Amino acid sequence: MLLKSLTLPVAEFEQGTGWKIKPEGACKGDICIPLRGQSGDTLDVELLARDMGLPLASEASEQCWALGPDTVGGKTLATAIAPDLTLPDLDGNLFTLSSLKGKKVLVYAWAPY
Amino acid sequence: MWQALREEYAPQGFELITVGMDTLGAEGCRAAIEAASPTHPALIDKHHVLADLFGVVNIPSSIWIDEDGMIVRPAEAAPPPPTDAAPVAAQMPENTPKRLKEMRAEAMQITTNAADYHAALRDWVTRGKDSTFAMDNETVIARSRPRNADQAMGHAHFELATHFVTVGKRDLAVKHFRAAHELVPDSWNFRRQAWSLEPVGDGPMARFWQGPRPDAEAEWPYEGDWVTDIKREGAENYYDAWQP
Repeated sequence: MLLKSLTLPVAEFEQGTGWKIKPEGACKGDICIPLRGQSGDTLDVELLARDMGLPLASEASEQCWALGPDTVGGKTLATAIAPDLTLPDLDGNLFTLSSLKGKKVLVYAWAPY
Repeated sequence: MWQALREEYAPQGFELITVGMDTLGAEGCRAAIEAASPTHPALIDKHHVLADLFGVVNIPSSIWIDEDGMIVRPAEAAPPPPTDAAPVAAQMPENTPKRLKEMRAEAMQITTNAADYHAALRDWVTRGKDSTFAMDNETVIARSRPRNADQAMGHAHFELATHFVTVGKRDLAVKHFRAAHELVPDSWNFRRQAWSLEPVGDGPMARFWQGPRPDAEAEWPYEGDWVTDIKREGAENYYDAWQP
């Protein structure tokens, strides 16, 4: 996820990464990673990246950073619980994967190039 | 084709979500979606979150998710349904550029397992959890794409590149796309996305050129291009072979 500051609201981090911030740390599925030195509604991104092993790429000339995905277990998926994918349609209306609970869903990735 | 499958399977509690992965967002995907006028959700993934969250590295790919919101098959190639009709070699006009002819020749060598994939899909839609093609949680995780720290960093660079495309800073976008390509060499999507932003010619094929302009080859800003890379890697390896 793209960052314009190294202080990040918890809600944005949760939305952007699928991890939830709980008293025991950053959690996804059955996994929780303890966090140090964090408090309140914002996160210190550099500390967070270190504790969670998340890559932080930067473009110093533009005051711009990007936080990459986790590598828990050396795999893309840390859990089989589907992340709550939320994306817009052509008109900008947001659609959330979990609204289809109770159905079998095939997510089909394509590209116009 | 997928739309027809969706209509056929919908009575069995099935839904299709299509996701267009494009840095250009809705404007990049609009023509194709409007032409298809889908009845299912058709979403736009400007930031390639399907790469981050599910490990999608090429298109078309699919992820299967069951009634309880559990992934039962991680990202894998999703070929179009097999047809009984014999393949018809589309006629290319005589003045078709050499590169496009070369691209088609390579594309014809790409192998998929459409019959096996679609038999498995039908089985899952019909039998749900009893389908042997629906994996248990441990298998889903184990079969998801490996990811190390370098690859994760490559995803972060791709996100920076996306931002710089959006704000019109091409040189910085190229810089971070190149970093992403180096760190995530198995992602065709990361490469094809960057190459598609250097269109050649006009019209719908411009983004499919995916390589240097013939009269200005030295200006091409990337290490590889579609024809060079698929020749090096082998068209038969363009998609991972399907496994039950």
